[in-house]
Amino acid sequence: MSETRIQDRGEAETLRDVPHHKLAAAADKAIRGGVARPVAHDSAARHVTGAAVYVDDIPELPGTLHLHVATSSRAHARVAAIDLAPVRAAPGVVAVLSAGDIPGENDCSPVFHDDPVFAEGEVQYAGQSLFAVAAVTREAARAAAALARIEYEDLPALLTVDDALAADADLLPPHEMRLGDPEAAIAAAPRRLAGTIRVGGQDHFYLEGQIAYAVPGEGEDVLVHSSTQHPSEVQHTVAKVLGVADHAVTVEVRRMGGGFGGKESQPALFAAIAALAAKKTGRPAKLRVDRDDDMVMTGKRHDFRIDWEVGFDGSGRIAGAVFRQAARCGYSADLSGGIADRAMFHADNAYDLRAARIHSRRLKTHTVSNTAFRGFGGPQGMIATERVLDAVAFALGRDPLDVRRANFYPPGGGAVTPYHQEVTDSVVSEMVEELERSSGYRARRQAVRAFNAGSPILKKGISLTPVKFGISFTATHLNQAGALVHVYKDGSVHLNHGGTEMGQGLFVKVAQVVAEVFQIDLDRVKITATTTAKVPNTSATAASSGSDLNGMAAKAAAEAIRGRLVAFAAAKYRLPEDRIVFLPNRVRIGNEEMSFPDLVQEAYLNQVSLSSTGFYATPGIHYDRETASGKPFFYYAYGAAVSEVAIDTLTGENRVLRVDILHDVGRSLNPAIDLGQIEGGFIQGLGWLTTEELWWDEAGRLRTHAPSTYKIPTANDRPDDMRIAIWSKGENRAETVFRSKAVGEPPLMLALSAFSAIVDAVAAAADYRAFPDLDAPATPERVLAAVEDARRRAGFA
Amino acid sequence: MPDGQSLDITITVNGEARTVVVDTRTTLLDALRDRLHLSGTKKGCGLGQCGACTVLLDGRRIVSCLTFAVMAEGKAVTTIEGLAQDGSLHPLQAAFVEHDAFQCGYCTPGQIMSAAGLLSEGRNGTDDEIRDLMSGNICRCGAYTNILAAIRDVLPRESGR
Repeated sequence: MSETRIQDRGEAETLRDVPHHKLAAAADKAIRGGVARPVAHDSAARHVTGAAVYVDDIPELPGTLHLHVATSSRAHARVAAIDLAPVRAAPGVVAVLSAGDIPGENDCSPVFHDDPVFAEGEVQYAGQSLFAVAAVTREAARAAAALARIEYEDLPALLTVDDALAADADLLPPHEMRLGDPEAAIAAAPRRLAGTIRVGGQDHFYLEGQIAYAVPGEGEDVLVHSSTQHPSEVQHTVAKVLGVADHAVTVEVRRMGGGFGGKESQPALFAAIAALAAKKTGRPAKLRVDRDDDMVMTGKRHDFRIDWEVGFDGSGRIAGAVFRQAARCGYSADLSGGIADRAMFHADNAYDLRAARIHSRRLKTHTVSNTAFRGFGGPQGMIATERVLDAVAFALGRDPLDVRRANFYPPGGGAVTPYHQEVTDSVVSEMVEELERSSGYRARRQAVRAFNAGSPILKKGISLTPVKFGISFTATHLNQAGALVHVYKDGSVHLNHGGTEMGQGLFVKVAQVVAEVFQIDLDRVKITATTTAKVPNTSATAASSGSDLNGMAAKAAAEAIRGRLVAFAAAKYRLPEDRIVFLPNRVRIGNEEMSFPDLVQEAYLNQVSLSSTGFYATPGIHYDRETASGKPFFYYAYGAAVSEVAIDTLTGENRVLRVDILHDVGRSLNPAIDLGQIEGGFIQGLGWLTTEELWWDEAGRLRTHAPSTYKIPTANDRPDDMRIAIWSKGENRAETVFRSKAVGEPPLMLALSAFSAIVDAVAAAADYRAFPDLDAPATPERVLAAVEDARRRAGFA
Repeated sequence: MPDGQSLDITITVNGEARTVVVDTRTTLLDALRDRLHLSGTKKGCGLGQCGACTVLLDGRRIVSCLTFAVMAEGKAVTTIEGLAQDGSLHPLQAAFVEHDAFQCGYCTPGQIMSAAGLLSEGRNGTDDEIRDLMSGNICRCGAYTNILAAIRDVLPRESGR
């Protein structure tokens, strides 16, 4: 028996030196699965066999109840009367929960206390939660809920951005960023343009819908399995609703079937209801939201209206620009403040505007409260910028690429953003030059023109657009993360951190970091479910920050343990610490080598702690709201894409024929994972800009609440020819984890190239004589209308 | 809601005869997940439009959320759990791992079963045709390039095309 197995009751002082294992001959090889390796997703084998456990796959405990949430059918109304007696009397019903049943606060909002779990007195959107039914089956709960007798007295409803603008309905105070004197710069500029662009929202359509499974514990305790990007916030919300301390609530999530921002603040409602039911009934309670209900009840990407003005010279160099952004927030604040801020932070995209005013209004409507979605306002800010560049180029009759290039942030620094952060790391010129060459942009642009000259019905367009995306939570305090690492006596490692896995490959990346620090094979590192019981007070896995923050925290934890091992070995073998070197799966101590597990065992026997937390906070970032200035971003991620599209001028149908992408991920932690993020981000952005149209009727009811009416890109909508490259020169000048860069959100905005290319194709349909007025998404209807409008303005008969 | 009629039905699931008592309105998806505890088959939309619940019924692919369990009586159902044989992955499963043909993994069982259906239905064609045949399976993470590459690896290349 190994001494290390003696945990107590051993004879005193009987320890001998640990017999060292013979080192394998292959020990010289690099570890399997360190950083920068294209390691497969940690759940790969489970994903393909159906063995990966999502919340709905956790075996149900005996007595589990199923919940259904009944919602408002009106956009804005006073609830005059609500009779739940028939619901309570329905077969299979165990409990009916409404506002009066909440022992704590009736609120599941992230910040502003304005999202009731169950509406009381007044409803503010069609789909707002009114009450929940707990029954022995899902079907019984749903059927019972339909028996409620509810009387509404309708109130006036604001449904659109324009409704809210007309009513001056600001949900949150406006914010403004100002650089120089843009009005004077525009007035003095040789050329001026102005316009408006509207951009629609987007439903997340995570394939796994919202779900929570609550298991009551003793006393006030409850365990909630929640499909969430933000376990700490779910924990806090559940505690707030139950009226208990945060420590009574544990929230756990192993993986999500997609998140995309839709599981940042949105899961709190469902987790709170499940926990409430579990504590009221003493039985486990599951709330798996039906897809149509999910789409109606949960927030989406904000739709925006953006009015712009720009002044420029004959070469297209911008002298000054003004953007007035109006965001439809819905009925409550949710994360709208931060999202509208990020839209402002990206109104410059990759361009030095020299003088700028970015004005933002956050508008209240009686629609679902819009929320985080990959890009978090950034894409909406950037679409208007790209529209400006296209319009300027059209007005001057120049290639839009030349106009874009004339305005890029210079590589050497010196230029500042509208929020006064100096851009010191701009690699956009260099990347665009490389992509222009590798994609054959110039020749293809000529070919497109030649094609269009001979094609009366089908028209092609091409565009190259850049992406510069600021990395960090703009609420500075959120830029922190924790991790917990244990090394067991056999040298195997248990890894936990505050980040959540939604398919983006965060878990495997962080495990690679830990494997690298210890120089052990990746399969020696166990990745474990995110739980509020192991790492507390975490930020959402959002803002593309997952690897940056949690990777650094896990690295700190692993390095703490490695440091103790080094100190122990140095003391024991009377060597300076620099003679203790971690080599692949072994440690060199002076002139001897021993395996990692052997060193761990020795350390254990000598009472060395083999567990550590790790913590990381991004240094040096700040933003002052009063002066609208600061350094909110640690660094920027860059990318560029060329899209070539074709439109059918008779039907408005459009298709991306080819896309070339060059994207900067710094020094990639895992190129395979990063490529997947780049491709997937582009496709998701393409869906937002072309096919995914949310449509509310005049009564404020969402009528696109299933994939039958809401068109998500399929295998067929993927561009026929996709050429994606990670920028080989990429490195992060900021001190990030192994100099990698965040990759979750930035690639989504590469799809703006497709939207600009469609604009180019519409212009072709009017023989380049009128600049298209095309809003997003560029559905066939909109493309057709834009073609007809452009042709009319161009004087076509 | 009136009670539906309950029936005793026997379905051969992954080669094994299984008898379950179901309400006549129970979907095959719910029977598989809730009664037979085969949770590999996923519920995505419940409307037959996302493909996450795809299984094979007598070798043909179907969306199990739009199929009543009673319609599978006496037939053979293959789910993702039944694809691996003797502990080794089906070639499609191995190809999906090889090509990183997923991100969140939630659509993956449906994608693989749909591709298995192409094999067992003897369907094939150009890349375009394969994409068309797979367009009933949504991958919201957008891993389509790798999904196609994985399927292409396994489907026999048709001669003469």
